[in-house]
Amino acid sequence: MNEITTGTHVTDAEPALACARAPVGLLAELTHRCPLQCPYCSNPLELERSNVELTTAEWQDVIRQAAALGILQIHLSGGEPTARKDLEDIVKVAAEVGLYTNLITAGVLLTKERLKGLADLGLDHVQLSIQDVDAANADRIAAYKGGAAKKHEVAGWVKELGLPLTLNAPLHRQNIDSLERIIEYAVEIGAGRLEVAHIQYYAWALKNRAALMPTREAFMKTVDIVNRAKERLKGILVIDFVVPDYYAKFPKPCMGGWGRGVMNITPSGRVLPCHAAESLPGMSFDNVRDRKLAEIWLDGDAFNKFRGTDWMKEPCKSCSRREIDFGGCRCQAFALTGDAANTDPACSLSPLHDEWAKVAGLESHETPPDFIYRRVGGAKVVEPAGE
Amino acid sequence: MAETVQPIRPTRLMVAEGSILLLPRHIKLRHDAGRDAWVLLAPERVFKPDDTAVEVLKLCDGKRTVGDIASDLAERFQAPRDVILADIVQMLQDLADKGVVKS
Repeated sequence: MNEITTGTHVTDAEPALACARAPVGLLAELTHRCPLQCPYCSNPLELERSNVELTTAEWQDVIRQAAALGILQIHLSGGEPTARKDLEDIVKVAAEVGLYTNLITAGVLLTKERLKGLADLGLDHVQLSIQDVDAANADRIAAYKGGAAKKHEVAGWVKELGLPLTLNAPLHRQNIDSLERIIEYAVEIGAGRLEVAHIQYYAWALKNRAALMPTREAFMKTVDIVNRAKERLKGILVIDFVVPDYYAKFPKPCMGGWGRGVMNITPSGRVLPCHAAESLPGMSFDNVRDRKLAEIWLDGDAFNKFRGTDWMKEPCKSCSRREIDFGGCRCQAFALTGDAANTDPACSLSPLHDEWAKVAGLESHETPPDFIYRRVGGAKVVEPAGE
Repeated sequence: MAETVQPIRPTRLMVAEGSILLLPRHIKLRHDAGRDAWVLLAPERVFKPDDTAVEVLKLCDGKRTVGDIASDLAERFQAPRDVILADIVQMLQDLADKGVVKS
């Protein structure tokens, strides 16, 4: 049976459905507002302000268009999606048009009543993030006092309401030693699925790379722990494991291939092939306020730019894995090589791979610097010198 | 933070001839009109079941045993029951491990 991941963490690229031109998943960033300040947030450094966010009616219209376009699953994300007071109106329409609705939340703003209301409206699944099982460390990482305790409470409500629960545990050098306890915790609270996601170094995480990067030895230990847990917990807990590019031999198929199955919509309505795509220069992104979603998906410049394999250069062009990993991540390729059409340096075939991978070894052995927390204006753009 | 919850520890479901299975509420088997294909919607996953899997999943109704399903398919497809039974036990075990069917 073919299995397709509809989120952003695509670890095993199975072939998409036969009509590969219809998207499967929509990552809806409802807002960039979030009470947590995790230093590895995947949101861009330039966070969108609340006054530019799509209205309730605009999101509802986008969701109807998404279902008509063939999208099967919607991931309600952020920022923190529950920061929107109209989340109920959005979930209601998503359920009405038959989308599988997934709430990706930090949980801290939820009440039991609100969660029950969402479940009654047809919410299908909750993905709850945790920063660590050690509450003090978790609250330090998120810069949110009492967060871990609240999340624990929320996990209990999710189970009580009969909703399926995925626990998402981003892993890095400042919580990596907790992995075994995190897995045990996922079983104890009744999660059906656990995402053990090594940090991906874009956006805020790239800013904080030296504070987050684990050593190769520590990473290898997590591989062993996860493999043993998968075997031991077969039929009890599904574990998805996302490895850090820096210690991989081949790159990941970013978003399962550019413009292939998944799209991302920012709070202000910009439609992106991946959530970091705005870091690429010279690209224009359509907005759902200006064009229909189907047009954007099929004909939008941004989606066609790196769709398929025609845009590739060597070594991707003739590579037997070109339709497995699609040359990796365009944003990482650009950031490191200056050309988004180059091979992702995460690939061992990239001429820059060795030099790039060396950074991880160096940084992970140094004393970690302080976190640069994710907050509006938190990552100062460096102004050019002079007057 | 883990010490306050003490639920019954879950165990792995082992599929056998006598198992009675169903799809949990959050797993949705549906025919997608646009693709003219059956899809199985699960948390952050879409499975594309083959024809046999679709027939089997439709019969996982919380009433029939796996043995009943094998008999049904053996009659409909004029195939040896023991071969079908072995195949579907293996398939359903895999699906149970993925959380797609439960008892």
